[in-house]
Amino acid sequence: MPLPPADSPVLILGARSDIARALAHEYAAAGHPLMLAARDPATLAADCADLALRHGVTATAHAYDALDLGAIAAFFEALPATPRVVIQAVGYLGEQARAEADPQEAAHVVAANLIGPAAALEEAARRLAAAGGGTIIGLSSVAGERGRAKNHWYGAAKAGLTAVLSGLRQRWWREGVQVLTVKPGFVATRMTEGMDLPAPLTDSAAGLARHVKRAADRGRAVYMPWKWRLVMGVICALPETVFKRLSF
Amino acid sequence: MDMDSARDLAPPPAAGRCPPLASAELAGWGRVPRRRGALAAPRDAAELAALLRAGRPAIARGAGRAYGDAALAAEGGLALSMHRFDRLLGFDPASGTLTAEAGVVLGDLIRAMLPRGWFPAVTPGTQYATLGGLIAADVHGKNHHVAGSFGAHLGWIDLMGADGEIRRVSPETDPALFAATCGGMGLTGVILRAALRLQPVESGWIREETVAAGSLDAGMAAFDAAEARADAPPYSVAWIDTLARGPERGRMLLHLGAHATAAELEGRDPYATPPRRSLTVPMDAPSWLLNGLTMGAFNALYWAAGQRRAAAGPRLTDWERYFYPLDALHGWNRLYGRRGFLQVQSVLPAAPARDALAEMLDASAAAGLGFLGVLKRFGPQASPFSFPRAGWTLALDIPAGWRGHELADRLEAIAAAAGGRFYLAKDARLTRSRFEATEPRAAAFRALRQERGLAGRFASAQSERLGL
Repeated sequence: MPLPPADSPVLILGARSDIARALAHEYAAAGHPLMLAARDPATLAADCADLALRHGVTATAHAYDALDLGAIAAFFEALPATPRVVIQAVGYLGEQARAEADPQEAAHVVAANLIGPAAALEEAARRLAAAGGGTIIGLSSVAGERGRAKNHWYGAAKAGLTAVLSGLRQRWWREGVQVLTVKPGFVATRMTEGMDLPAPLTDSAAGLARHVKRAADRGRAVYMPWKWRLVMGVICALPETVFKRLSF
Repeated sequence: MDMDSARDLAPPPAAGRCPPLASAELAGWGRVPRRRGALAAPRDAAELAALLRAGRPAIARGAGRAYGDAALAAEGGLALSMHRFDRLLGFDPASGTLTAEAGVVLGDLIRAMLPRGWFPAVTPGTQYATLGGLIAADVHGKNHHVAGSFGAHLGWIDLMGADGEIRRVSPETDPALFAATCGGMGLTGVILRAALRLQPVESGWIREETVAAGSLDAGMAAFDAAEARADAPPYSVAWIDTLARGPERGRMLLHLGAHATAAELEGRDPYATPPRRSLTVPMDAPSWLLNGLTMGAFNALYWAAGQRRAAAGPRLTDWERYFYPLDALHGWNRLYGRRGFLQVQSVLPAAPARDALAEMLDASAAAGLGFLGVLKRFGPQASPFSFPRAGWTLALDIPAGWRGHELADRLEAIAAAAGGRFYLAKDARLTRSRFEATEPRAAAFRALRQERGLAGRFASAQSERLGL
């Protein structure tokens, strides 16, 4: 599948996250104009100025509420250009304890990590296909590989997102839509701040973004850091009788 | 676990809610002292304001390139990592003025602006420091005698006070606070943004000449001779052999430089420079690696190589290799091993400087511990709290251990007796009494902090140690 040309616009949903910001720089450095979307676009003004100044590309900010399912079509319609790359970086870790006790919070975790993001990608895939093809990059997680007591609502939502991305890939590849599922492990970002993460298994947002862009450019279907392939290979192979006794 | 746009979906944050606090063991570039303390990394001004309003004494932290404890939290305080404030905001080519957030790393700034023909008017010896750190330390470059310090090239600074309000301070609007913020070590508020005047350059290359001077007196005379030249190069700095003794004591290699013109590049893209090959020190070296013998051998080789370069005449060196030779070895601070290292950098008034420099070099060579020495002449500067003043500045790197501290103490005593003062960006160990004796300006700085409601609200491990 041919790469989207370097002057083709990139749309980033959930553009305030550290990983989204790093991806914006990767694509801007390659010459792509950017459309950044977050709930409050005013918070993206400095990012737009920075991308324009450093990389000489245009960058615009757009209001996007991932939970407003009725607004998805209008959101895409109102964009100043048709994107050829759509990056879905919306996510919400939440607190497992709250999600366990409060069904509303559990529903919110699923809506914020699965339903909202996936619904926007359905729309994106249709539009990319209509425009002659393009690339979707969905940020899922290794947490979706096996449910853990620590975050099974988040994990469930990410497992669902991984499944949707897989389905979208199968559904649209003939029309030239490439779908990359990204499954990061630990990344030193705002989401993980204050957590005691093992340094050898923790990536930087910038490093992850570099790998993600390379995987997308090569037309890969899934990107997962190789260390995490090993870790999750072991974790997923454990029988439930053993797994249930583990406390990580 | 993998993403962090949670705030896009969580209920809208109440104006100014606090970001998460972590407990982290931090150190400066010298890796001593280490301190565990609270650390937060706000993502925007609203979060920063909420953290400050919560009332803990706070200190902003950039890239952690101050050598000592200048960016470590005070007892019970908070360090504010500014790494998310890393955006370039605007550039006016008519005046050469760049506005940027405080967490922008200098090298990134250069890589963005050099292809447009602009370069910082003043740069320190590393490209990995942040804009906020450069202002807070009011860094100097190899061109201090002609360009002054970093603060001389600022239009304004956006400063957040303990009340969470942002004030734009400039030499016009609030000269006292502006001047105290340059060199104020972050103790006058959190530097958020600044406007920086760049200098136009025709290339990314430096026309470099080396002068080999076989003794301290010959070296000091070589500085004079270079400055008296009709085509005096703006950059001058000397590597000084801190272990040479006898008649060769103080022998040095004076590195002179000027921005090369486009014509000198003979048709090549003047801003294209070769990619830097860099190495990384992967782990702490054993503490015995750098010792009097290995460093003496290194210095002898470096001196011999420098003499050959001096004989070869001027050459073109790219900006990274000229300004940031040590940056090519990532994590070079680990070469000193777990013990870490100290740097004593003092500035001595011109008149007594020669004898004091000789005394310091003798002490260093006798101890066999002063490993890296850099000598530079400063031009005049009058600031409320910045380090530079007219005279000579000598920086000596010393492995941290008790003998290292003994040597550092000796060097400090010599500099203090000669009327010198010390660079707080490098300092990890000055005592309160020596600081007071060498800093008659401290009282006025304290008074300004009281008057502006900054005392007790902005504090670092260093300010606590020095009683600021």
